Amino acid sequence: MSPPEDRTLSDYRSREQSVTLSRLDEPLVQGGETSEELLTLNFGPHHPATHGVLRLLVTLQGEVVRDIKPIIGYVHTGIEKTAEDKAYWKVIPVVERMDYLAYYFNAMAYCSAVEKLVEVEVPPRGQYLRVIHLELNRIASHLIWLGTSALDLGAVSIFLYCLRERELILDLFEMSSGQRMHTRYFQVGGVIEDIPRGFEEKVREFLKVMPERADEYGAILNSNEIVLQRLRGTCPLDAETLLGLGVTGPLLRAAGNPWDLRKADPYCSYDHFDFKIPIGTVGDNYDRFAVRLAEIYESVKIIEQALDGLPEGPYITEDRKVALPPRHELATSMEALIHHFKLVTEGFRVPPGEVYAPIESPRGELACYVRSDGSSKPARVHMRDPSFVNLQAVSHMVKGSYIADMIATVAMLDPILGGIDR
Amino acid sequence: MPDATGLELLAAELGDAARETVYFRGQATIEIDPARVREVLSALRGKGYSFLASVHGVDYYPEEPRLGVLYELLDMARVDRVKVRLRVTVQAPEVDSVTPEWPTADHQEREIYDMFGVVFRGHPDLRRILMPEDYEGHPQRRDFPVGGEPVIFTRDERRWLEEPSEPA
Repeated sequence: MSPPEDRTLSDYRSREQSVTLSRLDEPLVQGGETSEELLTLNFGPHHPATHGVLRLLVTLQGEVVRDIKPIIGYVHTGIEKTAEDKAYWKVIPVVERMDYLAYYFNAMAYCSAVEKLVEVEVPPRGQYLRVIHLELNRIASHLIWLGTSALDLGAVSIFLYCLRERELILDLFEMSSGQRMHTRYFQVGGVIEDIPRGFEEKVREFLKVMPERADEYGAILNSNEIVLQRLRGTCPLDAETLLGLGVTGPLLRAAGNPWDLRKADPYCSYDHFDFKIPIGTVGDNYDRFAVRLAEIYESVKIIEQALDGLPEGPYITEDRKVALPPRHELATSMEALIHHFKLVTEGFRVPPGEVYAPIESPRGELACYVRSDGSSKPARVHMRDPSFVNLQAVSHMVKGSYIADMIATVAMLDPILGGIDR
Repeated sequence: MPDATGLELLAAELGDAARETVYFRGQATIEIDPARVREVLSALRGKGYSFLASVHGVDYYPEEPRLGVLYELLDMARVDRVKVRLRVTVQAPEVDSVTPEWPTADHQEREIYDMFGVVFRGHPDLRRILMPEDYEGHPQRRDFPVGGEPVIFTRDERRWLEEPSEPA
């Protein structure tokens, strides 16, 4: 198709059409030292080492990165806009699809914001079940990160091992909710169903296997000279700069700042559990790797304690204005039928106001801001996604280092483009 | 969160820059004069709120002034959060950028510009961030319709460009 006439082209389209891929007859820079030439290289939008549809405009001097500009938005799906058009409880499956490796966390941030607005208490059993699933999800997310990062660093087999363990976790999710991903297990006021018989044993089996396997990964990667050379001492950034850039999570902890919302501002009964916050010392890529690997062990510990202390009682709030009545009541109770009908058709109404609910996701502070105008649909849902904020640190980290270190740094940054673009 | 009294004290120290305080569900919000946002945020940083956790854009339609920008400040030592809110009109949606003091606001201010059309004066690189560069309108505004946009495929592009108002 021939391009339309110039007058119909927007500025952007005409610039796009001016790009030529034909070979240049003369060099771009006349004279001068070759090493002083600046080359702008486009990485992406779908470079295999970019962990999603990320595009990086990299300005290179020889092999040294002088500037880097992330360009995002390729998988923007307007989830926040969609959420404004749905009843509160129907928003949960939509927000789950933002950060697609940490779906329980998205649902948790959103649900806790709505719970604050409607002032609903989650019963203890619901909170413990949430913690179990959140921490299983954290391990699954870290496994994908470990596998894909090792892939970027040239260690292919680790990826397959990591997927093997992640599969065990997805099987557990399937057992408790019927879905492997985007499970919609968390509801406003608790969780949708109690765990089935046999779930606890399955989780304990997994918890027995996981630390051994994590030991193996650590042993494989820590004795891999290539991986170590690419991680140790590359692209460090101090905690002060990271805080200025709003970076949280494992990246901040790798630089030695033990900020973790699970400890600092416990939510969902995290204060009942005994666990440690792994931190790094230098803040280089190796510390980022080591902190996340160590977090897997801590998550295992939390799940063990949550299973041991799992309280009896309801798993979702008894408030029928917010949570669906149990199935068996529908046949006998008119009131339950009315509540069920109102919830499914209109949803519950939420008092007007605005709240901000932060939690600690595998990538840092994941928070949900919800504004209610008093109707049964949220007036604004905004996710403070850690990947979106952390991505700003990448240029500060890689400026002045080699292009190969950039690949390692982006891998250790663990950006999830579904969360960035939303 | 500062408690309700703490919030009043904090707002009193900000002087006439603070217009209103809201204490809701244990969360503190200070509504400020939009022209003095940098001054207020610096003053709060002096009080220990040194981490800018998030910046949200909101459309308060049909209330006026419609557009809101919220800054979520966090004091990591005391684990204390406070929201700073400002409102601007759709006709003059201009606010000073806080990126010189808070580099983290860079992406988030761009997102608000993209989604709500709030212009941040002094932002180093105020471009659209999530929507395409040639997109028209600010999709998160409440009066922006859902759906009905043309889907641009190569085969539609010509038609779309010639009749921009009609979905292809």
